[in-house]
Amino acid sequence: MEKQAIIEFKNFSFQYYSQSAPTLHDINLTIYKGEKVLIVGPSGSGKSTLGHCINGLIPFAYKGEISGSLAIKGQDTREKSIFELSKIVGTVLQDSDGQFVGLTAGEDIAFALENDNVPHDAMQSRVKQVAEMVEMDQLLNSSPFELSGGQKQRTSLAGVMIDNVEILLFDEPLANLDPATGKTAIEIIDDIHKDSDKTVVIIEHRLEDVLHREVSRVIVLNDGRIVADMDAHELVCSNILTETGIREPLYITALKYAGVEVTCDMHPGYIETLEIGSAKGTVKSWFKAIPPETPHSENPCVLQMEAVSFSYDGARPILQDIHFDLHEGEMISLVGKNGAGKSTLSKLLCGFEKVDKGVIRYRGEDIKDKTIKERAEIIGLVMQNPNQMISKALIYDEVALGLRLRGVSEEEIKPRVEKVLKICGLAPFIDWPIAALSYGQKKRVTIASILVLDPKILILDEPTAGQDYRHYTDIMEFLVELNRLGVTIILITHDMHLMLEYTPRAIVLSGGRMIADTAASFILTNQEVIEKANLKETSLYHLAELAGIPDGTHFVQGFIDYERRLKNR
Amino acid sequence: MNTKMKLFSYNTVDTPIHQLSGLTKLICFLFLSFAVMYSYDIRVILLIMAFSVYILRVSRVQYSQIRTMVLYVMVFVLTNLVITFLFSPEMGVELYGTRHVITKLVGSISLTWEQVLYQVTKFFKYISVIPLGMIFLLTTNPSEFASSLNGIRVNYKAAFAVSLTLRYFPDIQREYHDISQAQQARGLDLSHKAKFMDRFKNALLIIIPLIFSSLDRIELISNAMDLRGFGKSKTRTWYTCKALNRADYVALILSALIFAGSLAVSAFINHSRFYNPFL
Repeated sequence: MEKQAIIEFKNFSFQYYSQSAPTLHDINLTIYKGEKVLIVGPSGSGKSTLGHCINGLIPFAYKGEISGSLAIKGQDTREKSIFELSKIVGTVLQDSDGQFVGLTAGEDIAFALENDNVPHDAMQSRVKQVAEMVEMDQLLNSSPFELSGGQKQRTSLAGVMIDNVEILLFDEPLANLDPATGKTAIEIIDDIHKDSDKTVVIIEHRLEDVLHREVSRVIVLNDGRIVADMDAHELVCSNILTETGIREPLYITALKYAGVEVTCDMHPGYIETLEIGSAKGTVKSWFKAIPPETPHSENPCVLQMEAVSFSYDGARPILQDIHFDLHEGEMISLVGKNGAGKSTLSKLLCGFEKVDKGVIRYRGEDIKDKTIKERAEIIGLVMQNPNQMISKALIYDEVALGLRLRGVSEEEIKPRVEKVLKICGLAPFIDWPIAALSYGQKKRVTIASILVLDPKILILDEPTAGQDYRHYTDIMEFLVELNRLGVTIILITHDMHLMLEYTPRAIVLSGGRMIADTAASFILTNQEVIEKANLKETSLYHLAELAGIPDGTHFVQGFIDYERRLKNR
Repeated sequence: MNTKMKLFSYNTVDTPIHQLSGLTKLICFLFLSFAVMYSYDIRVILLIMAFSVYILRVSRVQYSQIRTMVLYVMVFVLTNLVITFLFSPEMGVELYGTRHVITKLVGSISLTWEQVLYQVTKFFKYISVIPLGMIFLLTTNPSEFASSLNGIRVNYKAAFAVSLTLRYFPDIQREYHDISQAQQARGLDLSHKAKFMDRFKNALLIIIPLIFSSLDRIELISNAMDLRGFGKSKTRTWYTCKALNRADYVALILSALIFAGSLAVSAFINHSRFYNPFL
């Protein structure tokens, strides 16, 4: 049977009216009916814009200049309304909470039908039917506050499938999910693709996670142009990923470190299909040659939690019997699924909430009587979204705010702000308006505005959420530098790469209890912890299996040590 | 989820009142409120009030659920009472056309029976709306608000805005809370110790980030709604919308009768909106 084109870009360019240069240049791309296509690219590569063109937000909601043509099912999108397009293309946006418009899951799923004036009874039965397809039929009366991130995403998926669309478009479906939920999401998408004749387009920058299941093709975008259009095997063998700043799968990195030449006949696109046959020996000997890290002497303790328990209502415990020591100059991860108590723990540390039982000590001294303001001079908290913290127009004022509120004199403020801005690499921007900064720079401003109070411990909530590999590396390397200057850092994160690469130690919470406090290499290879904390086994572990190395944990640790030495950390 | 974060604590007890459709309850609420608002006859007002308190009991609303609201309304009504008297102590005399002095107060101001009747009537008018409003808010599933409003011919876009508010209010509230804590850590003083102007400036430090993060949210919501066809036709249907049954018609007729009764008392017995025992 001949392939039938369903999405056809021809010499397509697009420029937002608000921008001085085109975001998409001369795109030629044909997607056929029934294909499952992954579009990857770094931030600013134009991949979201491409998605907006397909679902009609461009030119309906975002205005700009189009040249060339884009046809969906053979018809130019400019001749169709966004409503007509929405009957063909169903879009699941990345923020599964923000796009949840109903007060309950059922209402949200029914939303498109309501707008189509479908009668009440027909609507009820159709919602039930679609909810069953994504296993949400038992939760139709739940409010978004009662649903997990994964359940909200399933709701959104049901909400677009209810229209019997032919194309499913996923805009960064993994962005707000923990690793295990993300893995399930990829499986659900794949199952739907297999069970129906729908065309699936996934826009993501987390390549390895999407490649958990097979895709027909991967399209790589960079600077608004298509730089690759090939299958996954070919892609990971090429240099395209490194050149465009997309993180290659971790097992590929490990193979390269080991000196193995990755070729297409190894089927390296997916860990499940990888065959390393003759390279086994190379991997083994590389692993054996990695010298073990010499344990270095422990610094004195800065923070101790002793048997800390907490509950909001006195009945349902949120945290129970938490105890750990944090040593000066450490950088650790705090992980666990949503609702495990991670943010509550940071609120206790900052003094936003008071512990019910147990003691928190800073350098041996109980800090329960310190006010929020006083604690901030010991422990600083950087929130996930910089927009949640920035309240001034100019960088200087924003960073100076904490000092001004403390009544510090302007003469003293100036050198302190300047020093912090220098540390954060923001000195050249000192007089800039914050609005002119990029996301990563804004993040630095919020970190600077906390650092200026000179806290000894810094807690960062998902510092790299939604960032592509390059920005992720920028932010993390900056934190490593701060860490070297003596700031102790706690990272609250879902990102397993981050744990592996940057934090030798991780604390895992599950259901308000601490279930592990150990090396990241152990956590990401231990089935029990992985399951309880909604994590995912790292692909390095599978690589160890493939190479016939029995001790997977050791192999992962070897990889971490090797990389740390390589990057001279 | 913290219970404080809910706008209204809709309780899911199963009573005849809960089973009524949201549309019925909204229309009954409007009928009864208009009945009370139109009439200045304290007998009518007290009767309707007794009726609505009875309905409140039937719907098993707990006092703890409405305590805050009752307190607010009481403060408002009592202030209103005092201010009305201070600014127009002769209002009752003007309305009823007679003057029966109870006692002389300062200067030319005196307390009259007419003023007492007028203000007591007004007091009960306000008070009697509380149980009515509470019944509507606390026994209607929030999901039904929008469809009820649309049912009384409010434009569906406006009606849906109510639903969206209920959906996102807790989110914004939580965000406000988080931002406020983060800013307090930077040294923001929200306590009463700060001066008024400082407190105002400090509040801005929370509101500005809140506005910016809300703007992102609004863009997302409007895209999500566009992509699923919101606004394409002149009407829309509602997923949560109960069909009217016999109980609904009984309730509608009953409240319409009460409304008509209130009008009839004014028209045929009092020959004005006011009940005048002084003639």
